[in-house]
Amino acid sequence: MPEFAVLHEKPHSFYSLYERKGELQHQTHYCPGCGHGIVHKLVARAIDELGIQNRAILVSPVGCSVFAYYYFDVGNVQVAHGRAPAVATGVKRAHPESIVISYQGDGDLAAIGSAEILHAANRGENITVFFVNNAIYGMTGGQMAPTTLVGQKSTTSPFGRNVWNEGSPIKVCELLNALDAPVYLERVALGSNKQIMAAARAVRRALEVQMRGQGFSLIEVLSPCPTIWKKDPVEAQHWVAEELVKTFPLGVVRDRTKDAPVRPASAAPPALDKIPGILGLEQDDPGPTVGGPAAREPVELAVKVAGFGGQGVLLLGEVLAEAGLASGLQVSWLPSYGPEMRSGTSNCHVRIATRPIASPLVLRPNVLLAMNEPSLRKFLPTVEPHGLVIYNGAACPADCLRPDVTLIAAPFAQLADGLGGARAANIAMLGALLEAAPVPFESQVPNVLRKLVRSPKWLEIDLAALARGRQAARQEVAS
Amino acid sequence: MRRELIKGNEAIVKAAILGGCRAFYGYPITPASEIAEAAALYMPQAGGVFLQAESEVAAINMIYGAASAGVRSMTASSGPGVSLMQEGFSYLAGSELPCVVADIMRGGPGLGNIAPEQGDYHQVVKCGGHGNYRTLVLAPDSVQEMCDLTLLAFDLADTYRNPVVVLADGYIGQMMEPVAFPDAAVMPSAPAWAVTGTAETRRNLVTSIYLEPDVLEAHVRKLEAKYRRAEQDAVRFESRETQDADIVLVGYGIVGRVLKEVVEAARAEGMRVGLLRPISLYPFPTEEIRRLARHAQAFAVVEMSTGQMLDDVRLALEGRRPIEFYSRVGGNVPATDAVLGFVRDALLKHVRAPEVIHA
Ligand SMILES: Cc1ncc(C[n+]2csc(CCOP(=O)(O)OP(=O)(O)O)c2C)c(N)n1
Ligand code: SF4
Repeated sequence: MPEFAVLHEKPHSFYSLYERKGELQHQTHYCPGCGHGIVHKLVARAIDELGIQNRAILVSPVGCSVFAYYYFDVGNVQVAHGRAPAVATGVKRAHPESIVISYQGDGDLAAIGSAEILHAANRGENITVFFVNNAIYGMTGGQMAPTTLVGQKSTTSPFGRNVWNEGSPIKVCELLNALDAPVYLERVALGSNKQIMAAARAVRRALEVQMRGQGFSLIEVLSPCPTIWKKDPVEAQHWVAEELVKTFPLGVVRDRTKDAPVRPASAAPPALDKIPGILGLEQDDPGPTVGGPAAREPVELAVKVAGFGGQGVLLLGEVLAEAGLASGLQVSWLPSYGPEMRSGTSNCHVRIATRPIASPLVLRPNVLLAMNEPSLRKFLPTVEPHGLVIYNGAACPADCLRPDVTLIAAPFAQLADGLGGARAANIAMLGALLEAAPVPFESQVPNVLRKLVRSPKWLEIDLAALARGRQAARQEVAS
Repeated sequence: MRRELIKGNEAIVKAAILGGCRAFYGYPITPASEIAEAAALYMPQAGGVFLQAESEVAAINMIYGAASAGVRSMTASSGPGVSLMQEGFSYLAGSELPCVVADIMRGGPGLGNIAPEQGDYHQVVKCGGHGNYRTLVLAPDSVQEMCDLTLLAFDLADTYRNPVVVLADGYIGQMMEPVAFPDAAVMPSAPAWAVTGTAETRRNLVTSIYLEPDVLEAHVRKLEAKYRRAEQDAVRFESRETQDADIVLVGYGIVGRVLKEVVEAARAEGMRVGLLRPISLYPFPTEEIRRLARHAQAFAVVEMSTGQMLDDVRLALEGRRPIEFYSRVGGNVPATDAVLGFVRDALLKHVRAPEVIHA
């Protein structure tokens, strides 16, 4: 490839006229001698050579190359500062056949977007990143970049970059080389025509990695910024070749192009009519209808279930709600939630009613299922007069009685333990509830248990506990 | 129709997939994590993408990418994460990209707690990002609405080419109620403006940059006109017993449910109390509030914030009627009895002989 052609021939993947640019549509907005123009040309030429113009999507950053979409005659997405690798991820995963290019400067990639590039690389996103390192913030007028050299002056490091204040320059290729996934990482430079030729090869290789479906590749390009560096284009080029390379050594940092596997293609999506089934919304079971026969008797249950986390408080509530629903009643279930449930208290509010439920909150229950003493003490005062209270304990504490409610106390946990698992105490209490307050959905409870309790062993214990709880309540009421 | 007993947070995901959403990018946070968990379970099976991003900043930008590529996409979070997404909302709106975001509000500010609150109203409805943009906001008060409004959100997002937020709270997200899902799934085709990596879409450009002041002004005016159109066409609310109400309660989300109970109890006591529950928070039911102000003597706003929606009720009323305000925060939910007492006081204070005050 003759050097002359690299520099002067307009690639096909550039627009012939830059119509998106306001004025001077025949030339770019870059300063004379700026590296961005050269990198653009290398990328456009590679797109031409690889025949991927129609598939290519360029994600342009915030920085001097913010207007890359003025020039590239490919699909274009312009994004927020530093976020190009995240946006590229969303684009690529939507269209795996496309060739997605993230084009970024050093502030964009190594400062504000450091998290996005690190994680895109670590996931091995099948994208190609062209990282233009000019050791400065060009667009905003010459502030310090994470790649500014030690001692280099900028408008925000007027005395020169000081490692004690700003740290050392970030070596992006070496940093990403600590990750498993990247397939190809190379640092090139625009310090001489020879270096530019090498850069052209690297750009092409990186795109080929993506075309083969191998995964993440990044080319870091040490690039002149004559304007901010206050050098003429030739001096700036020399500074790249002589100074920048001392901190940022050139070369291939990672090359797994030979052995990196091709990322597995995603399976064909299922037909649309399969989606409800995938979501567990099969229509073969018509399910309950509201206002079925069971719902004729007015029902208005406001249940509070309370206990320690791990006692099955939420499941007990869920069984109730499911059974109510299966009988065609209106139901709601509202849990206490979050880390407090890991060790502390747990409770849930369940409503089962004939009428539509206004509020799912149960602040004044007509049924309280208290699985421990603190819960009994806390919620007993809130129970409606003539309500029902079922307590998991041999007897209610003497200072914890209310003459205006029906109180059933039994050692449900011990009873359940006798059947093979104290954890079935919740279901034993449910049995007691069904016995003490005949409800129109009681026949549904065993079915619901069959649906919700997956383990056959526990289902057996639960069904036994249900019967044992009923028996206990019968004895309590009789005594 | 078959009804599933399901958590609000899961209902959102099933509805989204039925509505053609095939990309979910998110970051875990209580009380919204079940949304990401359900998406992780179902999205790949449905042929879509689920990815746990490195942050909410990344997540919303992945959504930006998926939306640019013409895929119906969504994310979900709660207060602290939604704060981080504000940059993305601004870019999405500026670039006219559709997407759906679920915000399952928790207590704040800062880390606050994980209990339900309504403190994100300002950052979501008034928009915490930069520039002249709005997000459309829908506020479900039941699990059925978590489904219905999620489906609606995707349609609105496409119609207006704008982010739409489903703003719920920890209770609406965590509670279970029966839901009737639509029988069939839909899959709209990718919009013509999307960038899909094909010859046909090669000239497409997604951007929010308009360098020339006149050009940017024209763009902002175009967005503004869209929002005016939404204010005409996309207002949604539920009214209960407002026809003859002396006092109209205003509340959304879980508070709306409490207020339904309050209205029932108040009516049982013979108080003429009604409820206006905004379903779209932006656009806000301003006209309906003004209409009700012709007959109602006072309004009472109930919120789980220190008065964030209250401002919008004030702006709607413009002093036409007095407003009383009741609030609980920190994870506390207004109790029916307490609100009932507050309503009794408000009636005593504001409702006298029916002298007509003209609006
Ligand atoms: C969130 C945000 N912060 C700051 C800026 C301002 N800004 C625009 S470009 C830029 C730095 C660009 O530097 P670099 O990525 O090195 O690209 P260059 O201009 O040198 O090509 C900054 C800080 C912004 N646009 N957005
Ligand atoms: S300021 Fe520097 S990076 Fe920006 S266009 Fe000019 S030379 Fe290029």
